[in-house]
Formats: sequence, C-alpha cells, structure tokens
Amino acid sequence: MDFAFTPEHEELRQTVRRFLQDRSDEATVRRLMVTEEGFDRATWAQLAEQLGLTALIVPEEFGGSGLGPVELAITMEEMGRTLFCAPYFSTAVLATSVLREAASDAARQELLPAIAAGKKIVAVAWAESPGIWEPADVRLKAQHGRRGWTLTGEKTAVIDGQTADEILVVARTREGLSLFRVSGSADGLQREALPTLDLTRKLARVRFQKTPAECIAASADVEAQLQRAFLLGLVALAAEQAGGAQQCLDMSTQHAKTRWQFGRPIGSFQAIKHRCADMLVAVEFAKSAAYHAAFRAAEGDAGELDAAARMAKSYCSDAFFQVANDTIQVHGGMGFTWEHPAHLYFKRAKSSALLFGDPVHHRDKLAAIIGV
Amino acid sequence: MSQYRPMTEEELRERVRKLKAEYNPDRVDMFTFRGAQYDHGLAWVHFPEGYGGLGINPKMQAIVADELRKGVETVYDDLAINPIGIGMGAPTLMTYGSDELKRALLRKCFTGEEIWCQLFSEPGAGSDVAGLATRAVRDGDDWVVNGQKVWTTLAHVAKWGLLVARTNPDVPKHEGLSYFLLDMHSPGVEVRPLYQITGEAEFNEVFLNDVRIPHRYMLGQEGQGWQVAITTLMNERTALGGGSTQKGGGPIQVLMQLWNARPPKRHAPAEAAVLRDRITRLYIESELLRLTALRARAMMRAGNPGPEGSVGKLAQAELYKKIWECGMDVLGEEALVYEPGYALRRPAHEERRDKVLLAKYQFLRSRANSIEGGTSEIMRNILGERVLGLPGEPRTDKGIPWKDIPRGG
Repeated sequence: MDFAFTPEHEELRQTVRRFLQDRSDEATVRRLMVTEEGFDRATWAQLAEQLGLTALIVPEEFGGSGLGPVELAITMEEMGRTLFCAPYFSTAVLATSVLREAASDAARQELLPAIAAGKKIVAVAWAESPGIWEPADVRLKAQHGRRGWTLTGEKTAVIDGQTADEILVVARTREGLSLFRVSGSADGLQREALPTLDLTRKLARVRFQKTPAECIAASADVEAQLQRAFLLGLVALAAEQAGGAQQCLDMSTQHAKTRWQFGRPIGSFQAIKHRCADMLVAVEFAKSAAYHAAFRAAEGDAGELDAAARMAKSYCSDAFFQVANDTIQVHGGMGFTWEHPAHLYFKRAKSSALLFGDPVHHRDKLAAIIGV
Repeated sequence: MSQYRPMTEEELRERVRKLKAEYNPDRVDMFTFRGAQYDHGLAWVHFPEGYGGLGINPKMQAIVADELRKGVETVYDDLAINPIGIGMGAPTLMTYGSDELKRALLRKCFTGEEIWCQLFSEPGAGSDVAGLATRAVRDGDDWVVNGQKVWTTLAHVAKWGLLVARTNPDVPKHEGLSYFLLDMHSPGVEVRPLYQITGEAEFNEVFLNDVRIPHRYMLGQEGQGWQVAITTLMNERTALGGGSTQKGGGPIQVLMQLWNARPPKRHAPAEAAVLRDRITRLYIESELLRLTALRARAMMRAGNPGPEGSVGKLAQAELYKKIWECGMDVLGEEALVYEPGYALRRPAHEERRDKVLLAKYQFLRSRANSIEGGTSEIMRNILGERVLGLPGEPRTDKGIPWKDIPRGG
C-alpha cells in the first residue's frame, strides 16, 4: 500500500522534530557550519544514545533498530527542514547502507555496532569526478601486493571525509568492483576539506598513495549491491530535499502574512499568493516522490526502486531549488542577506541537486527504464 | 463514517455478479443495463436504497467497478455517458433535492437517457460566478427567468440544466442567488453552438427568454443558491484533478507512444536528447499527479484531509497543456496538417483512437484545461488562501448590494 504511514511513523516524526527544534535551531546551524568539524559531538552522542537514530537502519543483529527506508525518509525529511549539521547522511545512511548491502560479515560485525552506538563516523568515498556517482563509473585502482591491498588515486565530494574515523572506498580490482575499508589514520591518506557552496554539509577530497586498505567485499555481486545502497542514498537525499522545500514554503507564507506593503500584507497580492501556490504544488509533489520511493525501497523490488529513486532525486532536486529560489524572491531584499536563513536553504538546494548526479542524469537513466 | 451501513466486499461482489447474470451487458442495451445497475443499488453505492445506492461507504464503489469489468466486453464509463449529470448533478440533487425530484431524475441521469448541463457562467460572470446577472422573478408557483449563459457544455443534447439565477438584486451578490433545475425543453430556452479553438462546438450559448420554472424545481431554499452551487463546484474539481489512475496512463501514455513510433530520425542527436528529457520530465509529473491523488486518498482515509487533494486541479491543467504542446513538437511538420473538415462541426463525442489525431486535437482542446472548472488563477487563489492561509485580496464588492456593484461593458 502506498503512503500508509502508521502511528509509530508519526511518533518518530514528532520525536525527531522536537529534538531538532532544540538542537538544530538557526543559531546552532550558523555556529556549527563555520567550524572545521561541522557538528557538535555532544548532540551526536544524544542523537545516538537517547534517540537511537544512528542505529535506525542498522540490522538488529548488529545492535541496530532494524528499521527501513520509510523511517529513514521521515528522519531525513525532518533533518532537511532544519539543515541539521551532523555526519548523519554520511555515516548512518550511506556507510550503513553500503555495509549492510555489500560488506563481509566480519566488517559488518566490526563497524555496524560502532555506528549504531554513535561511536564511529564513517564516510563513503565514491565519486572521482564531480557529479559522477554511478557504481559503473568508478575507476580508482586497488592493487594487491606482498603486504596486502593498497589504493592509489583520488576521490572527491566525500561527505564528512575530513572527520571520518574510517572511510569506505569503492575501487576497482582486476576482478571488478570491490569495497575497501581505510582507517582515518592510514599511511598515504591525504584528506583535504573543500570550501563548499553549502556550508552545512562538509565535503572533502581524499587522496590515496599506496594507502593500505582492507578489502571487505569483492564478490561478483558487489556492483549490484552498491547500486542498491546508492539508490537508498538517493531516496534519503530526496526526502531531505522535500523537508527543506517544506521549510522554505513555511518561511515564505509566514513572511507573506506578516510583511505589509501598500497598506496590506504582501500575501494578499496575487503576484505573491500565486507564487506561493506554485511552491505548494512543488512541495506536495516532492513529498509524493520521496514517500513513494521510500515505500518502494521498503518493498525491496529492485526494478521499481530504480525508477522511483531516480524520479524522486530528479524531481525533489528541481522542486527544492525552485522553492528555495522563490523564497528569496518572496522575502525581497531581506532574502538576499546573510542574516536571513533563505540563502542557507538555497545553497543546500543547489548542492543537493548536483550531488549524486544531477536531475538530467537521473532523467536520462529513468528514460531508459520507462522506454522513452 | 458511522452513518454508512456495513457490507462485506464479498457480499457486494456477489451483488454485482447477480446483476450481470440477470442482465449481461454484452447482450442488453446501455439503458437497460444501467437501469438495472441503478435498481440493484450499484450506481452510487453510498446513496440510500431506492436512489441507486445501498447506503454503504463510497469507497466501495471501486469494488463495483472492478467486478463490473470482469469477463465482459462492455464496460461503461460514467463520466463519458453523462459527465455533468453523474459527476456533479447527482450529488447536488442528492443533497438538496426533494424526494419527488430524486425519484423522477436520478435513474435517467445514471442511465444516460437524460443528459445534464450546467448553466453557471455568463458573458459577464466567468470566474466571478456569484456576480451573475440572469434574473429569476417569482410569479405564482413559477419563477420566470431571463438572461444569457455561456460555455455550456452539452447544452445542445441536454434535458436538464443546473441553473443559478439571481432572485434578489438588493442584497450582496452571494446572498441573492437561487439554484434551479431547468427542463432544457421548456419554451424560451434557446441553445446556440459556440465554436471553439478546436473548430468544434462542445460548448454553447444559452439564451433564456421568459422561461418558466415551477417552484418545486428549486434546489435548496430561495437565496441559498451559492451554497448549492459550491456543492456542484467542489464535485466538479474533484472530478477534474487526479490524473490517470493507472501508472503511466492517460495523456503521457499517448505522448510516449507517439515518441516511440517516431524514432528520432528527424532530429539530430542533441535535439532528440532535449525532447527525450522533456518527455521524461512530463512522465515524472504525470506520475506525481497520480501519486499525490493516491496520497490524498490515504490521508482522507486516515481522517486527515490535507493539502494533497487541492493541488490536483491546478497541477493537472498545467501539466496536460505541456504534454500536448510536447506532442506537437514530437510530430513536427506532421502536425501542420489537420484532418479535413475539422473546422466548425459539432462533436458526437466519439472516441479518438488514432494517437496522431488525438494529439493534434488535444493540443487545441487542452488550452481550456486551465480555464474550465476554475481558472488556474482562481485555483492559485484557493490554494493560497484556503490551504496556506494567506490573506484575501481587498474586495470592493463585499457587503454591497449586487445592483450597486460596478460592472464593465
């Protein structure tokens, strides 16, 4: 059944929302976004210990809650609303999903409980050129020598790559695509924090020079497994975008009700009202896209998920950007200032649209699926 | 909703099977079959017994539709048979009509023996329906009506018209209206075709000259016409904005078929890529229109109707226009040539099976999507004010007697 949120889902949403109201207010976001780490360790510990959110999609056998894509989408949507600054997407979504889908039991045994407990930040190093994210595009080579595996090459747009305790690296061996694990303190590992458009999500460039690595997945299925992890990442990101878009719409309508010009609230002018109505359509469609993808992911039908996830990423990217853009316009000069949060959402919107492949890329893939 | 009486899905299916056993739709004519469907309470299952229903939850109508489809070739589409009567007239009549009127009209409305039309818009009152000028004056047991209506779909074949007229010009505009059922065959009703951008005349102008309507044909009370009209309009918009219920169905399916029947030979690779991206965007929006309607239904079931349902009409109108524009671009120069004699004829509402003809026709027809049933501008006002809670525009006609409101030429 489509879109059947349960009372437990609503409760999860309320819990996450209350926590973020407290811990991710605008002042906190602004304070954290200019720090090097980009997040607050005490809040991270609370998120893990009190709310159990880092354990959300970790299977129960590894100390997690064993929940699925729908609960993840709800959480990400709420985080998107407040631009929550934390390594949640890198660690609790991407790394967890990659480990769950592809890694050896030993690696899961070691890493998943630590992630679930909030004790480890784990990043995923995947893209090599900006915007190229499909598993098939990975070129970085792993070599096997006398002392085991080493990696040589470069990865970019590694989310939280600067602070991660461990990095999961997608690389190519003679046999095909494989997954490696590199310690944050490994020899020959160079990490460079990138100055980013979106200050609230930290990205790093990571260089490997004969860096020792442990191979944690090398079967013939790795590409398909990574593909599933990637698609779940798209679903989570789309949900985050839908949440950001909803927040922008809320800010805009609030402003349109209280800002007066020419003797009346600006929201009474059709020029503003109609723009807000169009924003509402975009937000509702974005939610439909994100929820639909989350429910398809929960069903585990790979074919359906492929189309639904790409549809969601493509639409939510465009919708969030449109709505964030309109938010600046509705706020007028105020919307263009550093003091107003509109630019933070605007920047998140463009960054998220380009991360993991842009809307055109996903429409190209979708077109092939639907036979256009 | 506790006022509905319980019935199991299986009991309902059994009832449909019994209907089909007694009246095989492949063997009897439409009026006979649909008449029997009505008598079995399977026309509108949520209506009371004796009025085409069973008094059960309206959700269960979908089960009837599903069971009706099984094992037969003849499946009737309610909205193709009598769109205004079935989609809007019947719910309005059910809410506001007398028992006598319901008994006289509902069955023939459902069978399609009597087609209905809607006499709301006027040359001087389109989006501002409540500003209408058609007058109805009481004369004994009758009302005498004078005025002109416009954009009246199906008036040329209709037996009944849903008419809103002004019965009191001395009060503010919303308060002086009354709602009538008009026998379109009454003396003084003149229907003239109004040729449209498509060359067809689905619409009409209707002139009302000293038309007499018996008082018992008034729906609701005198002066209550606006509330009754709202019931009709709400049902109209629900009927208009949910997209196709089938994945990849509706207009986008036709567009994709057109595209796939024409491998991009005519286009350079870059041009083909641009069109392909455009079609994929439209596919996504079509899917999201469908999914948003599903989400609205899920929210309704959970007892939390949210904004999901109200965005449909606006989104669908704008989307369908874009789809058919794209259809023309896919056809390219082929779209320059239209079927002979397309100009100035009255449509028989035949099905258009030929995708190319359909695309060319819909390119023109879909211009009306953002005007009919509430313009996109009106829909944006509704979304802005009723869903987002934005303040209304200052009104210059509020509280002023209708006769004192300035009107253009």
